[in-house]
Amino acid sequence: MSQELVLGIYVFIMAIFVGFEVISRVPSVLHTPLMSGTNAIHGIVVLGAFLVAGSADTLLLKALGFIAVVFGAANVFGGFVVTDRMLEMFKRRQSAQSEHGDKKSA
Amino acid sequence: MLDLRGSVIALSYIVAAVLFIFGLKQLSSPATARSGNRLAAIGMALALAATLLDRQIISFWTIAVGTLIGAAMGIYFGRTVQMTAMPQMVALFNGMGGATAALVSVAEFLRLTRLGDPIGIGEATSIVLGTAIGAISFTGSIIAFGKLQEILPGRPLQFPLQRLVNGLILVSVVVLGVMVIVGALPSTLWMLFAGALLLGAMFVLPIGGGDMPVVISILNSLTGLAAALTGFVLHNQMLVVAGVLVGASGTLLTLLMSTAMNRSVANVLFGAFGAASSDASSKSAGLARTVRQTTPEDTAIALAYARNVVVVPGYGLAVAEAQHTVRELATDLEKRGVNVKYAIHPVAGRMPGHMNVLLAEANVPYDQLLEMDQVNGQFPQTDVVLVVGANDVVNPAARDDPSSPIYGMPILDVDRARNIIVLKRSMGHGFAGIDNALFYDEKTRMLFGDARQSLTQVGQALKTA
Repeated sequence: MSQELVLGIYVFIMAIFVGFEVISRVPSVLHTPLMSGTNAIHGIVVLGAFLVAGSADTLLLKALGFIAVVFGAANVFGGFVVTDRMLEMFKRRQSAQSEHGDKKSA
Repeated sequence: MLDLRGSVIALSYIVAAVLFIFGLKQLSSPATARSGNRLAAIGMALALAATLLDRQIISFWTIAVGTLIGAAMGIYFGRTVQMTAMPQMVALFNGMGGATAALVSVAEFLRLTRLGDPIGIGEATSIVLGTAIGAISFTGSIIAFGKLQEILPGRPLQFPLQRLVNGLILVSVVVLGVMVIVGALPSTLWMLFAGALLLGAMFVLPIGGGDMPVVISILNSLTGLAAALTGFVLHNQMLVVAGVLVGASGTLLTLLMSTAMNRSVANVLFGAFGAASSDASSKSAGLARTVRQTTPEDTAIALAYARNVVVVPGYGLAVAEAQHTVRELATDLEKRGVNVKYAIHPVAGRMPGHMNVLLAEANVPYDQLLEMDQVNGQFPQTDVVLVVGANDVVNPAARDDPSSPIYGMPILDVDRARNIIVLKRSMGHGFAGIDNALFYDEKTRMLFGDARQSLTQVGQALKTA
């Protein structure tokens, strides 16, 4: 095994602990936004698509890289936009509460 | 040693990883959740910008055009999708991420084999797993999307020898994977890719729509894992860290959801839910039972003269987009001195927190939302329970009938209230596909029709009641 692979596995395992630790304190109300938020974060895979598409030297590789970039970018942008829209409503609810529900026309 | 450019990339990745972790942490509180999401988005922007500095990238055209198209698609659909269709939107974006991971793995394998470089076991294994898991996540998410969007039927789709066929597909995917690691032929990898695509679809098809939240959560963590594996393929730690963060959180979320439904993840994935339920429904079909219908006017009167009313929202509320109407009705009732609460079952709707999100959109005050444990003791003192498009989560069979396929799932004990009014489109079954004894209860009245229309009619009748 190469030194790099060992380092990669090390990072992998540490990140599992961080992932569990950070997530375990989320109240159930926020589970849907959380799923959506993590969904956006795994869009990071578009970074791999960048590397593949940017270094492609055959038509096939370019085509594969291009499709991967399109899908990955849709995952990233769509994911963050959808999550933001969900969370926006939580904010509105809190402000409505502080105004004792006077925003009936809204 | 890294040169300047390499150092900038590496340091940017570290900052981005920290931003992801802080973002996830802030998502854990309603007050900071939105800034948490933005923090993660900033981390993403930084990681992607830094990647463009990589010397490996010699052409920017495909990246620029591809990103523009993908971003336009994502932003357009993300902005325009109805709040009620959010779960399937998450499924769709998740599938795209899975496809990206699979394509990246395949492309990197093709590049390495063409160069004639020897591919190490670690790399080959990562490529095989990244391709297979990404492809499963892609087609699985598309099927989940189809079921929630009602393009495909929500009930479990089954055929004879299904488990045997699925088992054979799984075995051939594993065999092909081993062959790729040993033989390193591109044609074998393409066959593996195709087999994994088929496997993803076949694995979600037999699962009922009611279990889709758990399935989407599993697929979400699988995509995270696939992203992490591409990190091993491309020797990129950023991908490993971010992918694993999602993989770990998705796994935890899946376990939380299964616990709420009192079922193991294995039971959701492999339990013959549809088969068991056909037994149960054929048994109950023997009893000739009748339901009692009611009218919007009678419903309005029952509500107007109640002291305590509990609203139980379900997926039907989401489909009818009745969250604003129900909130208006509740406000009118409160003006008459009626005490209105909402009972939220942990798996009501199609995702955990689905109902909370919808009711929050309609400005329902937070303190009116009661969780299952808080509200169950209150039902005997409740005059009227208004069930709006919920079914399986209020089915007493889960509590009383050991032969029922949902036996053991915690439910809202609405049958203990004095009166129950059920708003429902028709006498169709819930997503679990089983009969509901609640509808035949003597205290239950059915108000058939679209939930929003029915609630509007009740609201109008209330003004004259």
